[in-house]
Amino acid sequence: MTVSDGQPALLEVRDLVKHFPVRRGVLRRTVGAVRAVDGIDLDVRPGETLGLVGESGSGKSTAARTILRLLEPSGGSVVFDGEDVTKADSKALRALRPRMQMVFQDPYASLNPRMTAGSTVLEALKTNRIGSAAQRRRRVGELLELVGLDPDLQNRYPHEFSGGQRQRIGIARALATEPRFVIADEAISALDVSIQAQIVNLLDDLKAELGLTYLFISHDLSMVRHISDRTAVLYLGKVAELGSSQDVWERPLHPYTLALLSAVPVPDPVRESGRERLVLPGDPPDPADPPSGCRFHTRCAFATDVCRTDEPSLRDLGTPRAPHVVACHHAERVRRAGANAKEVLP
Amino acid sequence: MSVPLLEVSGLAVGFDSDDGPVHAVNDISFTLEEGEALAIVGESGSGKSVTALSIMGLVPRPPGRIDGGSVRFRGRELLGAPERELRRVRGREIAMVYQDPMSSLNPGLTIGRQLGDVISHHLGLERREVAERAIELLTLVGIPNAAGRLGDHPHQFSGGQRQRILIALALSCDPAVLIADEPTTALDVTVQAQIIELVKGLRERLGMAIIWITHDLGVVAGLVDKVAVMYGGYAVEQAPVRELFARPSHPYTVGLLRSLPTLGGERRRLTPIPGSPPHGAPRIDACPFAPRCDWVIERCRQEFPELAAVGCEHGAACHRRDEVRDAPTIVDAAS
Repeated sequence: MTVSDGQPALLEVRDLVKHFPVRRGVLRRTVGAVRAVDGIDLDVRPGETLGLVGESGSGKSTAARTILRLLEPSGGSVVFDGEDVTKADSKALRALRPRMQMVFQDPYASLNPRMTAGSTVLEALKTNRIGSAAQRRRRVGELLELVGLDPDLQNRYPHEFSGGQRQRIGIARALATEPRFVIADEAISALDVSIQAQIVNLLDDLKAELGLTYLFISHDLSMVRHISDRTAVLYLGKVAELGSSQDVWERPLHPYTLALLSAVPVPDPVRESGRERLVLPGDPPDPADPPSGCRFHTRCAFATDVCRTDEPSLRDLGTPRAPHVVACHHAERVRRAGANAKEVLP
Repeated sequence: MSVPLLEVSGLAVGFDSDDGPVHAVNDISFTLEEGEALAIVGESGSGKSVTALSIMGLVPRPPGRIDGGSVRFRGRELLGAPERELRRVRGREIAMVYQDPMSSLNPGLTIGRQLGDVISHHLGLERREVAERAIELLTLVGIPNAAGRLGDHPHQFSGGQRQRILIALALSCDPAVLIADEPTTALDVTVQAQIIELVKGLRERLGMAIIWITHDLGVVAGLVDKVAVMYGGYAVEQAPVRELFARPSHPYTVGLLRSLPTLGGERRRLTPIPGSPPHGAPRIDACPFAPRCDWVIERCRQEFPELAAVGCEHGAACHRRDEVRDAPTIVDAAS
């Protein structure tokens, strides 16, 4: 089912699948597949920030890379601003890419250590044939200023900058092509706490100033709650729950969301002393061999027989104005459990 | 008064670098009683890990240097103690768990062998007893079917299980102090919660003291009795955990708290600390936080603020600590 409430989406992801073959033996025969992304439906509306949360192995980063077609999808479709990204030929892709950009996790690894801040941004302009030489030079200064860096520092190399400044260079590079849509993949995870807040505020300001739309991927649930209008929770390559960030946080419908939220530490010793953790048993299952039925049933406190055999489809338990979809047979029970156990939620 | 379990006073550690000496840890003092839990909170370069390593006598020398101070365990001085004596303390009395379980375990040896080596080295048990103890430890930290997994190698366990195995290794000799250096940083939030609950439970059952080193103030709120906040190699604030969150009295602590998003109610713009943490040697005649501080006055650039009392067992190294303590924090504003 789709998640729309009348607004046209900027990005429509339908039944997106990305499988990685598992090869064995001297002939490298395919013996199975890691189902990293296993049928994801998402709409991203113009001007919103959609948060994507989930643990390692949930498929968040693979989904992001497949949406941008940095990875070839195994199935499904991605429509960006009316154009089918999955069917685009190389020429069409070249035209699409500047409008969809990505900010990566590790500014140390994603910047070329031998290129100055200025030439890193300049290269993005050159590659996409934007402006004349003089215009590009001026634009580099503007872009650095836009992300809060002194343009006079453009001749410095990445190692001469702090981690936060390096991430600003990465953001300036992403913005060079004037994208409408930016995927931030764990963009603040490698930064010190005091710097994370700087970058989050910068992303907020840039969104307001440039009318950007974000897909914000992070394992830090509090930051996702802070920055996102809506939140999607992924588990083993599928959407478990999607709704307004406030609904997902205050009225979770999926047992996995409930467990995730109960694990979020609250920076308040008084409240924390009364917290109750729903500790999930075991580890996430192998994505090459997901459990039958509901893929969460092996770790779920709400599971019954039906969960072991029937895979739950997404259904909407929200309101017409604020859809809140969940893939759980027992979502109503989960909602009541969440409402009755305030000490579980952060 | 009785002798504290661990007493660190005036600890100073430096490193020689190409750009001259770096003062990584300056004049750190704290005590840890039996069964007590302390968090050392700080960002990269704050000196928190070096503090832990110097307690264990594990600072590589050179380039490291112990510039002064003392580390006493049950009254015995550890700084400058002969290696043979330190080896008796390490592991048996004070054990450490590191951040990255994959690089702390030997990928080529079975878990049974790695646990067995530690147990037989420290406790000198018979082979059968060693295996029994290894199974007991793995069960204690929540590895299912422990007996059947002694022959497995590290890569056959998940990241969370590897961290549990490291904790089992650290616990093998019933240490009085467990030092955990960012043990949950590389882990997912649910696994982090599992490890925190595990350590809390073990502390209750085994009565060991804990030093939890982290950059995340949020994690320590429900875990420890008291907190030392480090910045630029200095302890800038020390307090019991509730006092620290209720009345933060150093602008850096306030800044860290304000950098965290509030979890309920209206969305509030974050208030980041401007600038970046310092690297290398901070000036000794000024406050190390002055370049990033909202509260800075001329005095901060001329005179180093010593850690001084702002309340019961509560100290802050700030010239304006009383004003900072009495200013409303965002925690008040939110509730």
